[in-house]
Amino acid sequence: MIRSAYYGRFGGSFVPEILVPALESLEAAFLDAQADPTFVAELETLLRTYAGRETPLYQCRQLGRETDSRIWFKREDLLHGGAHKTNQALGQGLLAQRLGKTRLIAETGAGQHGVATALTGAVLGIPTRIYMGAADIERQQPNVQRMRLMGAEVVPVTQGGATLKAAINEALRDWSASYATTHYLLGTVAGPHPFPLIVREFQRVIGREARAQFLEATGRLPDAVVASVGGGSNAIGIFTDFIADAAVRLIGVEPAGEGLHTARHGATLQRGRPGVLHGCYTQILQDDEGQVQESHSISAGLDYPGVGPEHAQLQETGRAQYVGCTDAEAMAAFSLVARSEGIIPAVESAHAVAGALKLARTSDRPLDILVNLSGRGDKDLATVLRYQAEEAARGAANVVAAAGGIDAR
Amino acid sequence: MPAERYAAMFARLAERDELAFVPFFVLGDPSMEENLALISAAVEAGADGLELGLPFSDPIADGPAVQSAVTRALEAGTRISACWPLLRAVRNAHPTVPIGLLVYANLIVHAGVEAFVTQCAAAGVDSVVIPDAPSLEQAWFAEAFAKGGVALARILPPGADAARVQEVARSSAGYVYVTSRGGVTGADDTLQADSTAVISALQKEGAAPALLGFGIAQPTHVHAARAMGVAGAISGSAVVQRIGAHGTPAARRAAVVAFVREMKGATGPHPTANHPIAPRSANRA
Repeated sequence: MIRSAYYGRFGGSFVPEILVPALESLEAAFLDAQADPTFVAELETLLRTYAGRETPLYQCRQLGRETDSRIWFKREDLLHGGAHKTNQALGQGLLAQRLGKTRLIAETGAGQHGVATALTGAVLGIPTRIYMGAADIERQQPNVQRMRLMGAEVVPVTQGGATLKAAINEALRDWSASYATTHYLLGTVAGPHPFPLIVREFQRVIGREARAQFLEATGRLPDAVVASVGGGSNAIGIFTDFIADAAVRLIGVEPAGEGLHTARHGATLQRGRPGVLHGCYTQILQDDEGQVQESHSISAGLDYPGVGPEHAQLQETGRAQYVGCTDAEAMAAFSLVARSEGIIPAVESAHAVAGALKLARTSDRPLDILVNLSGRGDKDLATVLRYQAEEAARGAANVVAAAGGIDAR
Repeated sequence: MPAERYAAMFARLAERDELAFVPFFVLGDPSMEENLALISAAVEAGADGLELGLPFSDPIADGPAVQSAVTRALEAGTRISACWPLLRAVRNAHPTVPIGLLVYANLIVHAGVEAFVTQCAAAGVDSVVIPDAPSLEQAWFAEAFAKGGVALARILPPGADAARVQEVARSSAGYVYVTSRGGVTGADDTLQADSTAVISALQKEGAAPALLGFGIAQPTHVHAARAMGVAGAISGSAVVQRIGAHGTPAARRAAVVAFVREMKGATGPHPTANHPIAPRSANRA
């Protein structure tokens, strides 16, 4: 490898030996492409004319008005494909072409990365296969249909918990047999080096734009930048160009699921231990013997027991803070954004909004808070409506129980 | 010397002009009690060495058969802490048989590398191979294994370049695990890769003897391995498939014993070694 595979003590390339040459040639091609004006221009043109960059920076008109703080959205939800994932899928797709690969494979959890890979395969004319946990296929049907409409093959993975973790395992297995002809278009800033580097560099356009837009709008920098963290690609994307601005707080919001005191959450950085998963040494949710656990989140896109190694380092150095937000808090934020701003956010992004609102409400001074609204929530309607129906039923049961109609013990 | 059981095994087999046959089991598959019985039955049926896997939740180098075996073991409640006494029991029952452990990196890192090596040595494990720790990450492990007296074996995939062959030849202890196919473990009808060039390159570098694995499922594959110049063959998927395919302990045992006999029977000189055809039926007895 040419570049270090490590972020502090986290990172590395823990893969079968057979994949090492593929990772080495990928790293070399990426570094070469970054220095090639033709490549940079082609990606820039695709992002502008096809994907719709740059995305707007929007100052919320209603949200947070009960506090003195101002909340700003970086509108990645308006990007083609419906989420920030498109930024880096297009970048990796062009890299795959540069490497002469004739097939793309990818994993997906919520389906957003699958959709981004499918549209990349379509627009670049490369056959594409997406591995997706059978449980995720169940809860993210609209994205499955989108992928198939754009010509991608969606392969259900039934091993393990049938979620994102199992889908990554399956994609890695495929790649270890197919690397000669196939590019593994990994979807987040995790995995073996050079993926965390490549995905970060293709996603940092979010923070680069947002920083310039914010300066232009206000003449200063925000007090805090807030993003949701599953694997961590949208957070790294908006954090990176603010890392050198020491006064800007960087806050990652992890899915606290049913609560950090329960076993049902995906708060890897807050509750994990260092270990090796999917090719890198990072924080992971694991049991007392090192078996990797299943995470839980109402958001399929944050439902992952690992996290990008650079986040583990940003946490360890204290440059970024990581907090949790429960399913219930995310759902409340979702409703608030929908009703007060007329925006249906992805449930992933609703976690970031919930974190921003908490910050605004507890601050003793007015803040400018920049939120990465990483995706739109059309894919989540079934999840949200089901959650609201269950809440209504629970609420009714509680009323009956409080009235003594049911033994609530 | 950590590799002395391997050295003794290879020397003994060389005298008889036989390859080593090394079956692979996942510890705790299908249960702790039955696992020990199956492993012992395999040794009694002619296995020269053993390759044993600690069950891990995310076995990225393994295909469907070994994944199913891992799932069986974990669903039966197998704890890593209980695998150490099991390994000790295998060692006590078979004092001279080389025992190799296949372990994913997280189980070692989680335990702490030095503590893990100490456990291996105490349980009588001869070697460890880490399928997701390539050359790039050997520094995490090499020193602790060397100090702890447990051999750290390396995997060499088909198509490895000269630099990789040389590096693996110099660092792999006990044996070199040469894989006969790209991709993950699995039982194939035909061997996918010809490893002859890699094997002779290893020999030129003075490497430990090579065991060929990934896809070894039939006696003809052992003949082919012999023609490539390896010192032995490892069968994993084909073994654990037999455990998964049968409903009773007796049937599982019979299937494993028959397979080991058939495969071990193919390890001697064979007149049609270069023409993989039907195995000798006499070895089924």
